[in-house]
Amino acid sequence: MDYNQGATMPFGNTHNQMKMNYSAEQEYPDLSKHNNHMAKVLTPAIYDRLRSKQTPSGFTLDDVIQTGVDNPGHPFIMTVGCVAGDEETYEVFKELLDPVIEDRHGGYKPSDKHKTDLNPDNLKGGDDLDPNYVLSSRVRTGRSIRGFCLPPHCSRGERRMVEKLSNEALDSLTGDLKGKYYALKNMTDAEQQQLIDDHFLFDKPVSPLLLASGMARDWPDARGIWHNDNKTFLVWVNEEDHLRVISMQKGGNMKEVFNRFCTGLTKIESLFKEKGHEFMWNEHLGYVLTCPSNLGTGLRAGVHMKLPNMSKHAKFEEVLKRLRLQKRGTGGVDTAAVGGVFDISNADRLGFSEVELVQMVVDGVKLLTEMEKRLEKGQSIDDLIPAQK
Amino acid sequence: MSETVAVSETEDVLERASTTMSDKVENICHAMAQLTLREWSAEDEFPDLSQHNNLMAKHLTTDMYSRLRKRVTPTGFTLDRVIQPGVDNPGHPFIMTVGCVAGDEETYEVFKELLDPVIEDRHGGYKPSDKHKTDLNPDNLKGGDDLDPNYVLSSRVRTGRSIRGFCLPPHCSRGERRMVEKLSNEALDSLTGDLKGKYYALKNMTDAEQQQLIDDHFLFDKPVSPLLLASGMARDWPDARGIWHNDNKTFLVWVNEEDHLRVISMQKGGNMKEVFNRFCTGLTKIESLFKEKGHEFMWNEHLGYVLTCPSNLGTGLRAGVHMKLPNMSKHAKFEEVLKRLRLQKRGTGGVDTAAVGGVFDISNADRLGFSEVELVQMVVDGVKLLTEMEKRLEKGQSIDDLIPAQK
Repeated sequence: MDYNQGATMPFGNTHNQMKMNYSAEQEYPDLSKHNNHMAKVLTPAIYDRLRSKQTPSGFTLDDVIQTGVDNPGHPFIMTVGCVAGDEETYEVFKELLDPVIEDRHGGYKPSDKHKTDLNPDNLKGGDDLDPNYVLSSRVRTGRSIRGFCLPPHCSRGERRMVEKLSNEALDSLTGDLKGKYYALKNMTDAEQQQLIDDHFLFDKPVSPLLLASGMARDWPDARGIWHNDNKTFLVWVNEEDHLRVISMQKGGNMKEVFNRFCTGLTKIESLFKEKGHEFMWNEHLGYVLTCPSNLGTGLRAGVHMKLPNMSKHAKFEEVLKRLRLQKRGTGGVDTAAVGGVFDISNADRLGFSEVELVQMVVDGVKLLTEMEKRLEKGQSIDDLIPAQK
Repeated sequence: MSETVAVSETEDVLERASTTMSDKVENICHAMAQLTLREWSAEDEFPDLSQHNNLMAKHLTTDMYSRLRKRVTPTGFTLDRVIQPGVDNPGHPFIMTVGCVAGDEETYEVFKELLDPVIEDRHGGYKPSDKHKTDLNPDNLKGGDDLDPNYVLSSRVRTGRSIRGFCLPPHCSRGERRMVEKLSNEALDSLTGDLKGKYYALKNMTDAEQQQLIDDHFLFDKPVSPLLLASGMARDWPDARGIWHNDNKTFLVWVNEEDHLRVISMQKGGNMKEVFNRFCTGLTKIESLFKEKGHEFMWNEHLGYVLTCPSNLGTGLRAGVHMKLPNMSKHAKFEEVLKRLRLQKRGTGGVDTAAVGGVFDISNADRLGFSEVELVQMVVDGVKLLTEMEKRLEKGQSIDDLIPAQK
């Protein structure tokens, strides 16, 4: 038998020809103990209609949902439970992903349009968040390079090309943004220690959500970290997305952080365009990233701030909700607050522009600082409670 | 350089597909055949194996990669899937792992250019032209019912089996895995007498059942071994996984863990003959129950029983004892004696564990190229000799005259 059938790689884990010999019912995953967006939306009927489809690069429904099948989730934390393997995933599997997106992104409809605004001049204020309370400011997002498969599905050749192209773009940055790339696999011990001390180094994904989606394949091949000399602008290459871009500094000058963020991103984008590459973007979903939770802006702008009094107030959660903010511990998602210091950031990603989201953080942090000061003095904050944004 | 599939090849694919698979599968084959190979050369795609020490890394060359990357098994398993565990797990200077897995029976044929040298290296020079003998007749075992229980604490024989026509754990779909579970259950439910038992599905287990299985040391964990995780064997856990055992707890079957079936016969003490009897009787009975339903085990005269990991080909058999060797294990010639007897030692926690209290797990080192009876005979004879040696050393006597020749 001739097995030279022009196989194309990469295939997803689940590109198994035999499964079509079984009915949809026989193949449908057991989601009875599951609590994630995928499990909430995926009915046997949807599974039946989508299971024979694949994207042009070969990503299948089972590939999309595997992470949600393998990670049932938690009653209190609603994970997404699906990933994209390429840009077309969001189109081919829209019957599943549109409801997931709507549920995750506050009712965002398939017909809605997303605004991109990376003009930092449109941000009002934000240069004077009180450094007695605001310890550090940070903005991050992700970007995908059009024409390449995403981390769950990319081949080694693709991943290496993403690294190469990213390096060429980043190497061209000048001035405040001038920096250096540290490939994970070539790192010296000294470099590694420095990156750990700077809190820049990312670990091999251990999150079961990521492992189940195939993002850790071939680690650490073509993964690396780039940062500027000042250590205020950082890019992760081939971790959970092609690129993760981070601007940060100590203190409360969010405006400066956001300026650098926009300048850097815009410069990187134009450098890619000079070489004939662009970022995945469309007017409905905005920037296209691996996880549906990061669509739109992919932006999380946040501060580490001291709120020892406010955080004990009965209305803390309600205030955050109305300000469209969320709190985390200072270790990032799923960590606890230490010493009354919280990570406060925008809750939304899609349906608001970058400027709008950073504005919410700036305005919200100012209000929270006010409230904290009042509570310190034993005064009421009732008149400060905001309306729902 | 892009490589597009020629139209005639597509037609061949469709013709083959339509004679053996449903229309839906045919559509997928067609789509696959139409896909253009990316403009990535073999060099672009070849994994970085510079830090690696495993059999896959030892044998996979760029040329081989370039030829094999164009191939695919009928169920869609590719070279990258075969080698992914070895790429993701560089290995250890002292422990040579295999670094590749099969996704279906045809993997061993389609990717023989890589797997034959890996098999030869792993299985003591076993050649592509060699034939493997299967012998599951326990009457052919000489002795083995009287290993000294002052030294031999327990005896155990295990192997694996794959059901022909289904993909293996790295690649199987949920529907296939569930069917393997169903067929296995039907076969095991039909067992009678000493072998009569019960199935415990992992996902339905009560706390009490789980605790009992843990206490019996029967329960298997979700794979945490990075080798297994990288191959895709943990997908959909715990769906369609379970443990079956007989009422006496001397015959145990794991369903859909690292292989379709793992079959274990065990008991306390040194009656390896009884353990092997039960093993052969149970396996033979299970095989005939499958055949009654029109299913058979994956087997061929070159590779014997076909399993997920190339290290388990042939018999897939590991027969062993837990035995006390506090003196022998300190002897300078311990390793050499084991080597000559074609045995290996492990700690009592299994592979990659340390010995506790001078108690070792002693088992056959070979899997392929020897029959089941031959391997168990090696263990029986070897354990008898080791017991002799231990007794001599206890009395402060020499063991020089007992050192065996290389088997």
